[in-house]
Amino acid sequence: MNIELLTNTQVQSIDGDPGHFKAKVRQLPRYVDISKCTSCGDCEKVCPVDLKSEYDEGLATRKAIGRKYTQAIPGTYNIQKSDPAPCLLACPAGLNVQGYVQMVKMGKYQRALEIIMEDLPLPGVLGRVCPHGCEDACRRCSVDEPVAIRDLKRLAADMYDPRDIVIECLPQREETVAIVGSGPAGLSAAFFLAKKGIKSTIYEALPQAGGMLRVGIPDHRLPPEILDKEIQVVTNLGVEIKTNTPLGADLSIDDLMKDYKSVFLAIGAHKGIDMGIPGEKVNGVVQGVKFLKEVNLTGKTKVGKKVAIVGGGNVAIDVSRAAIRMGADEVTIVYRRTIKEMPAFEEEIKAAQDEGIKIRFLAAPQEVIAEDGKVVGLRCIAMEMGEADSSGRRSPIPVPGSEFEIEIDQLIPAIGQRPDLSSLENITGLEISRWSTVETNDISFATDVEGIFAGGDLQTGPWTVIGAVAQGKEVAESIERFFDGTDMVVGRDPIRYDDPQYRPVESDEPLMAREAMPELPIEQRQGSFKEVELGYNEESGKKEASRCLNCSFCCECGECVTACLAGAIDHDEVVQEKEIEIGAVILTTGTDVFEPDKLDEFYLYNQSPNVLTSLEFERILSATGPTEGHLTRPGDDKEPEKIAWLQCVGSRDTNNCNNGYCSSVCCMYAIKEAVISKEHAPAGLDCAIFNMDIRTFGKDYEKYYERSKEQGVRYVRSRVHTITEIPETGNLLLKYVTDTGEIVEEEFDMVVLSVGMEASKSAIEMAKGLEIELNDYNFVKTDEIAPVATSRPGIYVAGVMQGPKDIPYAIMEASAAACSAGKDLVEVRGTLVKEKVFPTEMDVTGEEPRVGVFVCNCGINIGGIADVPAITEYAKSLPNVVYSEENLFSCSQDTQEKIAETIKKEKLNRVVVAACSPLTHEPLFQETMKNAGLNPFLFDMANIRNQCTWVHSGEKDKATEKSKDLVRMSVARASLLEQLKYLSVGVSNPVLVVGGGVAGMTAALNLADQGFPTTLIEKSDELGGSARQIKKTWKGEDVQSFVGDLIAKVKKHDQLEVLTNSEVVDAHGFIGNFETTVKVADEDRVIEHGAVVVATGGQATDTEEYLYGKNPRVTRWHDLEANLEKYPDANSVVFIQCVGSRDDNRPYCSKICCTASIQQALEIKEKNPEANVFILHRDIRTFGDRESIYQEAREKGVLFIRYEKDKKPVVTETKDGLEVSIFDPILQREVVIEADLLNLATAIESCDNKSVSSAYKLPVNAENFIMEAHAKLRPVDCVTDGVFICGMAHYPKPIGESVAQAQAAVSRATTVLTKQTVEVEPIVSEVNTDLCIGCGLCEATCCFSAINLKPVEGQGYKAETTSALCKGCGACSVACPQQAINMKHFKHEQIIAAIRAGIAAS
Amino acid sequence: MASNEVIGSVMVVGGGIAGMQSSLDLANSGYYVYLVEESSAIGGVMAQLDKTFPTNDCTM
Repeated sequence: MNIELLTNTQVQSIDGDPGHFKAKVRQLPRYVDISKCTSCGDCEKVCPVDLKSEYDEGLATRKAIGRKYTQAIPGTYNIQKSDPAPCLLACPAGLNVQGYVQMVKMGKYQRALEIIMEDLPLPGVLGRVCPHGCEDACRRCSVDEPVAIRDLKRLAADMYDPRDIVIECLPQREETVAIVGSGPAGLSAAFFLAKKGIKSTIYEALPQAGGMLRVGIPDHRLPPEILDKEIQVVTNLGVEIKTNTPLGADLSIDDLMKDYKSVFLAIGAHKGIDMGIPGEKVNGVVQGVKFLKEVNLTGKTKVGKKVAIVGGGNVAIDVSRAAIRMGADEVTIVYRRTIKEMPAFEEEIKAAQDEGIKIRFLAAPQEVIAEDGKVVGLRCIAMEMGEADSSGRRSPIPVPGSEFEIEIDQLIPAIGQRPDLSSLENITGLEISRWSTVETNDISFATDVEGIFAGGDLQTGPWTVIGAVAQGKEVAESIERFFDGTDMVVGRDPIRYDDPQYRPVESDEPLMAREAMPELPIEQRQGSFKEVELGYNEESGKKEASRCLNCSFCCECGECVTACLAGAIDHDEVVQEKEIEIGAVILTTGTDVFEPDKLDEFYLYNQSPNVLTSLEFERILSATGPTEGHLTRPGDDKEPEKIAWLQCVGSRDTNNCNNGYCSSVCCMYAIKEAVISKEHAPAGLDCAIFNMDIRTFGKDYEKYYERSKEQGVRYVRSRVHTITEIPETGNLLLKYVTDTGEIVEEEFDMVVLSVGMEASKSAIEMAKGLEIELNDYNFVKTDEIAPVATSRPGIYVAGVMQGPKDIPYAIMEASAAACSAGKDLVEVRGTLVKEKVFPTEMDVTGEEPRVGVFVCNCGINIGGIADVPAITEYAKSLPNVVYSEENLFSCSQDTQEKIAETIKKEKLNRVVVAACSPLTHEPLFQETMKNAGLNPFLFDMANIRNQCTWVHSGEKDKATEKSKDLVRMSVARASLLEQLKYLSVGVSNPVLVVGGGVAGMTAALNLADQGFPTTLIEKSDELGGSARQIKKTWKGEDVQSFVGDLIAKVKKHDQLEVLTNSEVVDAHGFIGNFETTVKVADEDRVIEHGAVVVATGGQATDTEEYLYGKNPRVTRWHDLEANLEKYPDANSVVFIQCVGSRDDNRPYCSKICCTASIQQALEIKEKNPEANVFILHRDIRTFGDRESIYQEAREKGVLFIRYEKDKKPVVTETKDGLEVSIFDPILQREVVIEADLLNLATAIESCDNKSVSSAYKLPVNAENFIMEAHAKLRPVDCVTDGVFICGMAHYPKPIGESVAQAQAAVSRATTVLTKQTVEVEPIVSEVNTDLCIGCGLCEATCCFSAINLKPVEGQGYKAETTSALCKGCGACSVACPQQAINMKHFKHEQIIAAIRAGIAAS
Repeated sequence: MASNEVIGSVMVVGGGIAGMQSSLDLANSGYYVYLVEESSAIGGVMAQLDKTFPTNDCTM
């Protein structure tokens, strides 16, 4: 409760100084209310949007609503959204295209129409005639072709009658509106006005409603019954349409303004534009719009035999296709540009040509040729496209002398229309533009005359239907504001998206052809106005819809809102900007994983499905992954027989990717993946790891490596030079050269790329914004001796953001950073933390059990399968049950309050919740118990979801019966549950640090600085430990001045007592309360303390190998420095690595020797560039950015020769010095090196820790390093609570890691020392001394020394539990032959009661 | 608030394994913690791993 989790949040800035920073953060909405969401998952089931799961590295899909992973914290669902999709932005009416396309994909046509009709009352009409600008904007264009959005809209309207969609309208207002014109603008305005509760009447000049939709578009494109149906959508809302009622002599605008409060003029643009050529008034010339109007209204008109049409727009095409249908023999369209410039829809042009219509491109009419006042021909001139003008558009220009004539008997110009303003002439104040359109405000569409609005083609000039619909909607909004007297413009500026962010289009997005639209066969079109486009069927509609890329992630279809019974979803949540005040900052943003796309040519990562990254492979191995842990390859689901791992992909590579560092973890994870793969797969799976060096330098890693070889993992020391895919099998052919120079070709089923870590772009950006220095590889720069401090005081760093490292070390750093941050703020510790207060607990001991049972429906998770009312009723019949009820969600916040109330009202003293897993939900209900004044241990859970309705979802009755059984068992156990109290033990806050090296001193200082009285004991007579022998860190920092400084600080600190020549002799007690006997000089002294930090250190071993101790030229470690002075003319220096490490005796890597030897080699080279320096090694393990000095050494001529464990170098003495002979695996022969000096990197071993480990009962591993509580997650905690470990006592490590681990140990100790008391878990063992026979089996069984035999006067020995040490595992209870030991809360009688109830018939 | 007043809370940026550990240590030793995470849930990359070396323990 003292951690406030801000998810979906980014840090914008941090200002201020250590102790008082102000951070600005930006939290994106989750769109799901954390307090209401119960994680039931019902929303996820209905979400139509499939996205690649990042958690599964793209190998599986997820929904737009969901959790990152099943166990995610918080468990609240989250909706992923981005900017509005391009289709929506391209649509003048702003239709939620993605939403309805997804609904069509799901076959939910009603919902699709509901979404469409939010913005458009005419779905079937626009589904046919819309110019679909959305499709031009569709991002699928970059993959193949756009989604057929218009056709999908039509399918929705074909499959469900739009008239059956319920349109919510507000209660009707008094004010009314007159609309002049029943075209799309007028109908749309009427529709949206009706929704706002404003009644309107439409006045239509023509005998039928629909405007241009009715008279401008022929029936083969828009069947009249579709239009009729959708006009009814509008009239069904109470809109009246008065046809044959034009504005004019009988109806003036003043008449309308008398009867209505507002008038909307939407009379369209119905007047054809003349061509302006001689002869165009003769007989046989008719305007295209007029021609179409006649055809559409009457079904007949005069049609010539040879018809020419002038124009290139949709009207021209409509006219031509109508003319053919009306019986014309020959129809020619004359267009002055080329097909590329033709404004008509591409599919319409094609259909016209299919129907036999000729198009004369690049031709312009010059004169109508008439005979007897009747058209007989058209003189044209050929055109050519001229140069582009300043706007980039090319204009056609006539080709002189190219005149030609075509013989025709009818000419139909269709070059454009404009509004017919004759009916508006009398309106005073109405401003008209030079294009004969009415001028209005751009946003409100209000004219200069109050109360009069204008829209549609009348306002814009000829434009699209959807544009007119959009304006109708806007006008409705303006009219409402006009009625309300509010500003008509404010807040309505369109939102601009200059750089909209979308779901990225994957480079490997599979191609899917656009579904073809079925059409009426051409032979059936002649003489018929039957619709040509027949519409998709359901199957092709779903297929087409599935091509949508879901650019916005969530499609806002609203299905989740309907599905969420808890009402948790809120699509209107907005971004929150917050400012928080803090005293310190810790950065732990992690890294990215190297993306092998960059090296695709070589690794074929994008080309072959069977080349995976290691993280993808990790998901394949995982039980929660895409294959549920079944090892198959993604290409064909085949079980692989051979897998290759390629190491160092994106690491140790400055040629291809500039990542010169070692990623430190890849060797180990590759080995792990190989080992686990072999466990998952049938016997015989071949796992080969191709590597340059195997770097298993961490604690117990080398043993893991060796064991993997026994398990059959193959190691190939080679860099693969070519990978090719074998097309027939999908297998991969690897070519490589072995150590011996042999060229090998080997085939594998799968290749795993061991990808390294890379600084993440967002982290780099953030660090730069916060003015934090980065290193050459863009990781946060730190000093070796201050490993978690960034360049900005008060801001700390931990984990891989600082550089690649494994999990234990990241955790150590995390604790170290916590220590550093905490130390800065020590004076205000405890000032901002809160503690929860509960009501006083009622004592129910001795009362008859009164059990209340709460049965959860878990939305439909339980209730949808099992008969919850029956289970609830059944519970009432069980013994001791006095109350039962069902809940929609037992875990929701309001139910918690209800349960607490019920407990009080019904005087319940036991509670059973039949729901889900106690692992996730028991703590919540126990808190509710506490809030109701009941002891939390009087609670039990029956998991009827996971164990009944999930696993028996197909057998509803059985699921119900089993649920009853579980409830019965739970009630039986609950009736016997007892109150338990947390045992509270006082904490004493002095602290003991054992060991006075760098780790011990660092720990002691950090503790003392925080005000904890600290005793530092050191067995030798001086502080400093093994660091005293080191001159410099590998980064070059002066170690001696650092150690000297530490010693000085330690010695003068007033909270710190240093005891040299001292040793721990014995210790008693437990966390918070230790009593340690320390032998100081020859006296015993008892120290009381709350915690202890063990830092007993490590040291370099001696050796008898390689003439050490027999020849003065052979040295080890830093002895070399003295020797160099002794032999100033040494020209050949040899280092031998792994002397005593990585062998049978010490099967571990000493971690620091490779770096140390290279560091010394470089120094020798610096002093004497001519010197020959050789490093004889088994693997070079310069992990992290230490790799850079390895590279430097090679560049400077240090020679590295590898040897195998069973082919060690041999050193012999010669007259002038030494001779080292070694088998060189590259040369494949023995080489002999003459050496002046030989330096041995001998193993690092643990210092004597026997007294400490036995005093505090600390287990050590086989190599005598003290074991941590958990190798991965608790790297500084010891098995004994209250004891912490750091430095080389834990494992060999460089100074920086010792410092970090010491700080980490302090942080962990602080969590104990800052408490007044520690609470001991009450579920511990309890001995019935009457039954105990003192056999001691329990004592022998207990791993925690928590149960011991104690002499009891007159009764021999009796077992006794030390509750503070007991972990409640129950092993002693099982071991006891007398059944004298019971586990509290899991007593024999409680468990037996449950079992008895379970096997009793219900 | 006076500008030099020391504040007893810490912001941890990043909810992976390191961020979680820092937060827990600080909250358990008397400091209020704001744990800022860019994604919708904490856990980081470790939550994606199957088992961990060298113990082959399950990550969850």
